[in-house]
Amino acid sequence: MSSIHIDPLEKKWIWAVGTIVVLTWIVQLYYAIADSIHPPSNVEVIDSAKLHMTEEFAEKNLGVKKEEDGSYTVTMVAARYGFYPPMIEVPVDTKVKLRIASFDVLHGLHVPGSNMATMVVPGYVSEVTTAFTKTGDFPMICNEFCGLGHDYMYAKVRVLAKQ
Amino acid sequence: MSMTAQLSTASGVNHVDADIKASGNSLGIWAMRVAFIALVVGLPMGFFQAAERSGLFPWLESTAVYFASTTTHGVLLAFVLTTFFTMGFGYHTMAHSINKKAFFGWIGFWVSLVGTLIAAVPMLTGAASVLYTFYPPEMAHPAFYVGATLLVVGSWFWVADMLIGFTQWKRENPGKPVPLVMFAIAINALMWGWTSLGVASEVLFQLIPVSLGLMETLDPGLARTLFSWTLHAIVYFWLIPAYIVMYTIMPKEAGGRLFSDEMARIAFVMLFIFSVPIGFHHLYLDPMQAAGWKLLHMFGTFMVAIPTFITGFTVIASLEIAGRLRGGKGLFGWIMALDWKNPVVLAGMLSLLMLTAGGWGGVINASYSMDVMVHNTQWVTGHFHLIFGGTTVIMYLAGAYWLWPKITGHALYSKTLAVWQLWLYAVGMVVLTGPWHALGLAGQPRRVSSTPYNQFPEVVASWGTYELLMVIGASMIVVSGFMFIYNLCKTASSKIAASEAEAKVEYAQAIHPPVRVPRLLNSFTFWNWAMFAYMIISYGYPILQFAFIGTPGVIPWGY
Ligand code: HEM
Ligand SMILES: [Cu+2]
Ligand SMILES: [Cu+2]
Repeated sequence: MSSIHIDPLEKKWIWAVGTIVVLTWIVQLYYAIADSIHPPSNVEVIDSAKLHMTEEFAEKNLGVKKEEDGSYTVTMVAARYGFYPPMIEVPVDTKVKLRIASFDVLHGLHVPGSNMATMVVPGYVSEVTTAFTKTGDFPMICNEFCGLGHDYMYAKVRVLAKQ
Repeated sequence: MSMTAQLSTASGVNHVDADIKASGNSLGIWAMRVAFIALVVGLPMGFFQAAERSGLFPWLESTAVYFASTTTHGVLLAFVLTTFFTMGFGYHTMAHSINKKAFFGWIGFWVSLVGTLIAAVPMLTGAASVLYTFYPPEMAHPAFYVGATLLVVGSWFWVADMLIGFTQWKRENPGKPVPLVMFAIAINALMWGWTSLGVASEVLFQLIPVSLGLMETLDPGLARTLFSWTLHAIVYFWLIPAYIVMYTIMPKEAGGRLFSDEMARIAFVMLFIFSVPIGFHHLYLDPMQAAGWKLLHMFGTFMVAIPTFITGFTVIASLEIAGRLRGGKGLFGWIMALDWKNPVVLAGMLSLLMLTAGGWGGVINASYSMDVMVHNTQWVTGHFHLIFGGTTVIMYLAGAYWLWPKITGHALYSKTLAVWQLWLYAVGMVVLTGPWHALGLAGQPRRVSSTPYNQFPEVVASWGTYELLMVIGASMIVVSGFMFIYNLCKTASSKIAASEAEAKVEYAQAIHPPVRVPRLLNSFTFWNWAMFAYMIISYGYPILQFAFIGTPGVIPWGY
């Protein structure tokens, strides 16, 4: 086996880069574990064509619910070209869990300036938990191309001051 | 024997048989002609899109045209330009570096070209406005999928050609290192073979059957998982030819030597192994995969920093050698001493600058917890135009300036025009993508033809200026694209013969040309098995799970 020449300076460089990679891992692992920051990943299936026949995603059950522990659960449906219900109101600095399913094609949602974002894949329920840190009206924008009306697919999130 | 090996590699010019040269040249130039036609058709579409979505030209606005255009622009630039450039560059390299003729040759070229033309019809008529990622359950006309499949199948003939040439040469030259340029091309071919399997399975087993009505439903979660298998490594398939120009052509053009042949091989092997099994960073926000798998892919994603930084080091060190040989002194004096008027050197410098800027953006996208802020925002469009449209494609342009005189035998029409063109291209790219990064952070989504969110004044307040800048950057790039094509056409029709130096195909020599290299850096067997194992680990369960989680089927939809 022949040996290879690596310049001493380049060797140091590689060690430095390797160290940076490991540090980057550690930082991310730390936040994942210590603050439980995970991307939305709940692997839960649903029949998109029959959302209205489920208890949870039936039209009358959509919207905002306050839980006993003081947090909020928001249930929504994404369907071309809107989020339903089209407006939700939640308090600031409070844990909000969003559960959402698509009725038709792929959608995505993002509330700019917050961590409220997830893909909405037909056949699956997306779940994302966050807390809004600013009061005001924000758009919840569909951010995955879902057809020619995609530009107009957005809802309103009203973040209220705490009572 | 080691003496002759040293002598034959002491100059980067290799012996090439006349018929092999002729075949490598004509395959090379035809594939690249197709590539650059795709570029020059695709760029004005990009300009249209920028203008349309800016909201500054209300008379231009049409959602249907926008998405037909964006689909075509994406397919032409991401699939047609890249595949044909890489094929052409590979055919040429194989002839000139190892004196081998492509076994399938024109078959691959024609299959890919016919596929492109078949897919073009539904795209241009608005029957396939599903964007270049064609995520189901939205469905395009079946001809779109069939055409795209043929484009990929054609490239598989090319993959086979590169690997056959590589293997034959090794058999005839036992123990000798395969020339770096060919080693890198072959590794790119092998990687593309692995990479394309994901999307190929999606198209063959899900999209084509459903679009033809043979199957009623599909699982979009499985489709996205298979697509993610391809989606990351494909960008390395595009980028590696750019790196090859930096490692094996630029040092020579700069008047120096390659700093380290072995480190270059190590970098290419790492790019191979770290690029395919990490596609889940494209699925961070998807529901159908559990968080642990995403975390695993995050670890692998960051490993790619190592070959990237090795490349930065080796390429910049090679340039430094050239700068000092040209009389540059001091810590940074060598930079000014470089030949900034040489298109390959200039493009390389601009490319490295864009890579540095874009790389930082990539760290954010790849982060397990930060991606959520930028996912599917205009930031992403900014990121990949900078790294791909900028860093990568500018090296394709440089490669063409280098190759056209060699293949046509005519002197480059105008070096000055080339230099201005490259500057304009890079500056335009920065002016286009800088504002996109800002818009993305401000929450603007990608893939919209308008931004009708005026009832949220706080959110949209900052967007206006950036929209204007984006249109200015876009026009710079379009003008620069025409300058490029004009220069190549004038070169081809020129009556002035290329100088001997310009006509000679000569690859950069390393400071220590390798006489022997370890087997692991001269053969793919081990790496193939390593890839196999790594793929089983990272994609095995995540794909298998779809067999038992019981996703109810999803019907196809129009758009
Ligand atoms: C004049 C220069 C260019 C302009 C103004 C431009 C503009 C655009 C715009 C506005 C989009 C749509 C983004 C969206 O709706 O989210 C887009 C998409 C795209 N561009 Fe460009 N582009 C240019 C050059 C390039 C180049 C040189 C490449 C690569 C070689 C490239 C590759 C792509 C790809 C792959 C997409 C697909 C994006 C998607 O489907 O979301 N573009 N471009
Ligand atoms: Cu949508
Ligand atoms: Cu990626």
